[in-house]
Amino acid sequence: MSYINKPKVHHPDLPKNALGLTERDYEGGMSTLCAGCGHDSITAALIQAFFELNISPHKVAKLSGIGCSSKTPAYFLGSAHGLNSVHGRMPSVATGANAANRDLYYVGVSGDGDSLSIGLGPFAHAVRRNLKMLYMIENNGVYGLTKGQFSASADVGTKAKKGEVNLQPPIDPVMLTLSLGGTFVARGFSGDKRQLVPLIKAGVMHNGFAMIDVLSPCVTFNDHEDSTKSYAHTRQFYHPAIHTDFIPPTDEILTSYEEGEVMPVELHDGSRILLRKINRDYDPTDRSAALSYIQAHQDQGEIITGLLYIDETKPDLHEISNTSEEPLAHIPYEKLSLGSKTLEAIQKSYR
Amino acid sequence: MRKAQRVNDFVIKLANVNGTGSASANGLLMKSIFRMGVPVMGKNFFPSNIQGLPTWYEIRVSKDGHLARSGRVDIMVAMNAETYARDLAEVGAGGYLIYDSTWPRDNVLSRDDVTVLGVPLSRLCNEKFANARARILMKNVTYVGVLAALLDIDLEVIRVLLEETFASKQKLVSSNLDAISLGYHYARAHFDCPLPIRVEKINGTNNHVIIDGNTAAALGCIYAGATVAAWYPITPSTSLMDAFKGFCQAHRHDPETGRSHYCIVQSEDELAAIGMVLGASWNGARAFTSTSGPGISLMSEFLGFGYYAEIPAVIFDVQRVGPSTGMPTRTQQSDILACAYASHGDTRQVLLFPANPEECFYFAVKAFDLAEQLQTPVIVMSDLDIGMNDWMCPSLEWDDGYRPNRGKVLSAEELNEMETFHRYVDKDGDGIGYRTYPGDHPRGAYFVRGSGHDKYGAYTEDASAYQEVLDRLSVKWQTASKLIPEPIIESKAKIDWGIISIGSCDGAVREAIDQLEKQGVHLNYMRIRGFPFGDAVQRFLDKHDRLFVVEQNRDGQLKALLTMETVVAGNKLHSILHYNGLPIDSQCIVDGVAEQMKEGVAA
Repeated sequence: MSYINKPKVHHPDLPKNALGLTERDYEGGMSTLCAGCGHDSITAALIQAFFELNISPHKVAKLSGIGCSSKTPAYFLGSAHGLNSVHGRMPSVATGANAANRDLYYVGVSGDGDSLSIGLGPFAHAVRRNLKMLYMIENNGVYGLTKGQFSASADVGTKAKKGEVNLQPPIDPVMLTLSLGGTFVARGFSGDKRQLVPLIKAGVMHNGFAMIDVLSPCVTFNDHEDSTKSYAHTRQFYHPAIHTDFIPPTDEILTSYEEGEVMPVELHDGSRILLRKINRDYDPTDRSAALSYIQAHQDQGEIITGLLYIDETKPDLHEISNTSEEPLAHIPYEKLSLGSKTLEAIQKSYR
Repeated sequence: MRKAQRVNDFVIKLANVNGTGSASANGLLMKSIFRMGVPVMGKNFFPSNIQGLPTWYEIRVSKDGHLARSGRVDIMVAMNAETYARDLAEVGAGGYLIYDSTWPRDNVLSRDDVTVLGVPLSRLCNEKFANARARILMKNVTYVGVLAALLDIDLEVIRVLLEETFASKQKLVSSNLDAISLGYHYARAHFDCPLPIRVEKINGTNNHVIIDGNTAAALGCIYAGATVAAWYPITPSTSLMDAFKGFCQAHRHDPETGRSHYCIVQSEDELAAIGMVLGASWNGARAFTSTSGPGISLMSEFLGFGYYAEIPAVIFDVQRVGPSTGMPTRTQQSDILACAYASHGDTRQVLLFPANPEECFYFAVKAFDLAEQLQTPVIVMSDLDIGMNDWMCPSLEWDDGYRPNRGKVLSAEELNEMETFHRYVDKDGDGIGYRTYPGDHPRGAYFVRGSGHDKYGAYTEDASAYQEVLDRLSVKWQTASKLIPEPIIESKAKIDWGIISIGSCDGAVREAIDQLEKQGVHLNYMRIRGFPFGDAVQRFLDKHDRLFVVEQNRDGQLKALLTMETVVAGNKLHSILHYNGLPIDSQCIVDGVAEQMKEGVAA
């Protein structure tokens, strides 16, 4: 069995959110991933983010494909519906689900194999449609469940556990999403929850496709020396370009920042994100500048992280399609059928 | 010599060049005959091409209402010089050929037993119309005028039709009428009109419409309450989604806000299309896709997911010629096995087999009900012949009392009353569990997976827990066999031979049975309309000693499926197969039966 229910015993002193729920209410089943797996830290960050966002768990739909990453939706938000689809096709299922009901929050959890190899096509088209969802890529550079083959995100020169050296250039989800016209592009690290939680919160509230590439070391197959996706390597070359603070709609901005240091971005629901720039010249609203900045720094071996690009103005799938505010799945049949008289009228031209 | 009169019983074939606007002229001709109360059927033989290649349109006029091809041509309108020789060769003895005599033909290109009528169509149109495009287009309308004189078609009927068609463009009405009259008067002045082959007003089309199957299926989706559609363009299914989009744009908006009550996504490929349909259905919308054989191949993995995770979906497979890319604009019934067992593992899919546009409409609605009742994908097996050709059908009727059968879905109120909810427990013994929609209630949450799961929906690798779910799916399959549409059976007690057929073979089979009856061969008939096969199919197999299975593929796929899924001695079933890509005609069935009877005697 690789699915274990956690006992639901709540300590009376656990902090509660605005809905009266504790963080435990945002947990799911027990993880069956390897001890120390980066994915479990990401799961913890998701739990914290949804708890702090005061979102009812059952108003979230969790979707995934196949792979270690895709198992994780079973480990958070136990009272949310989940769908573990076929390999690489989660974006398609999410597109249909979102088309049917625009009122839910959609969280997709994928991996580098699921999104950058078998699922590159559907991933690219979900970006292109600006499908409103949080899309997490738990990126470790290897196929874990099939025991350590390189994935499409493996860096040139990185070595597999068995000694093989990768010579093919990687597909970088950040550069890819930026070049596809993505409206929310971020990179995080499973080992930095303080950075990751606000990124997730901003991504959930973003009006469109929010891609977070999370470096998430595979402790079993890709955490050795000579691996560029190990904890040690990631920590050493990790460069946040920008800090993100998430401010809910009702909260005031309490901290004072120096002029020019902070860039506020208002999200659709009235919440704001404050982007604190490490490098004053970095502009996360300028796509081409972001592309060249990230490329230049990555060429030097740096791993640039943070909310690297955001555009809150682009229409999402529903705005493009002009669909009704009322979710399509909820429209009563009486409003959808045309009735016998209209059928008769339509057929006049067929006589 | 006076020729025999052939009133309301003949075939006109029009040989055109693709992209010259002949389709609307040919439609006008067919509809005029239809409006005179005479049953008609139109078949379009078109190339996979946008402009320049040969294309044919065949109109069968049949007072007896025979809807299949007869295998004979009585009047050929040969507008394409490139195919003139073969078009002439196709005309039956005693028939007629009309051609554009502006440029005279070689005497070699004529036949003693065919009357060749030359009409200088290009010259007439060049003299009458100034605009270059109009000269080309009006040539087609002019030959309709010629045929009106030759066949005695009521000019008033044509005039009314043109006025309806171009209601908002009066200029087009008058130019079209000019062209009609040009051809009409030329024919009256130069030929002995009408011909012995002609049309006469009768009352054979009351309460009928002319419609193609894709349009009818799209209407069915509208009336079923479908709101989400995802698709990838592929001939011959594209016009289904085009029609759905057209109906939605005309009728499916919120009256106050003007916002759409539908979402149509043109996906990046067929894999994505079926994924979207499953996602939308899981989330509580009625969703569908339309595709053809190559799309079914691509969708197969997801179809297995839908079967095992038990998610409704409606798929229209408008079948075309395979294998591989095959001939995209020709018809076949060659996806039967691929669809019945689509996907790896022990997977079975529910199939519906409409025979004509009328059934496309009703089966579209049925498909949504069945998919949700059975919580599984349902594939509607149409084909190019049904989907893209113009069929005469009884008017589509709608019962305003209809409400969708959403199957077993627990509401938030019901969930509130429950202690626990488990998705795959078979409470009712019919193999069907209870669903919940995401977002309705925290207690309704469950995890859908294509990986091994137990009856509670939890991941499992436990041998018996896995097998229990698989066995329960077999129980559901039995339930399905009781819910799918019953076969249409026409039988008399003392006949022990029968014909079994499927889908668009119907018209040809019926005509063949009539012809064989006249030759003293009596056959009972069963048209299968769904898979899994129910008890009625088994009973028909049991009752007969010898059964001809008529289908449009090379490998006898329906026969194979019957052999696997019923209890029948294989040597009782005899295939009659037609798979050259043209719609099946009655003659090939009559010949097939005769041949098998000869072999039977020899054996």
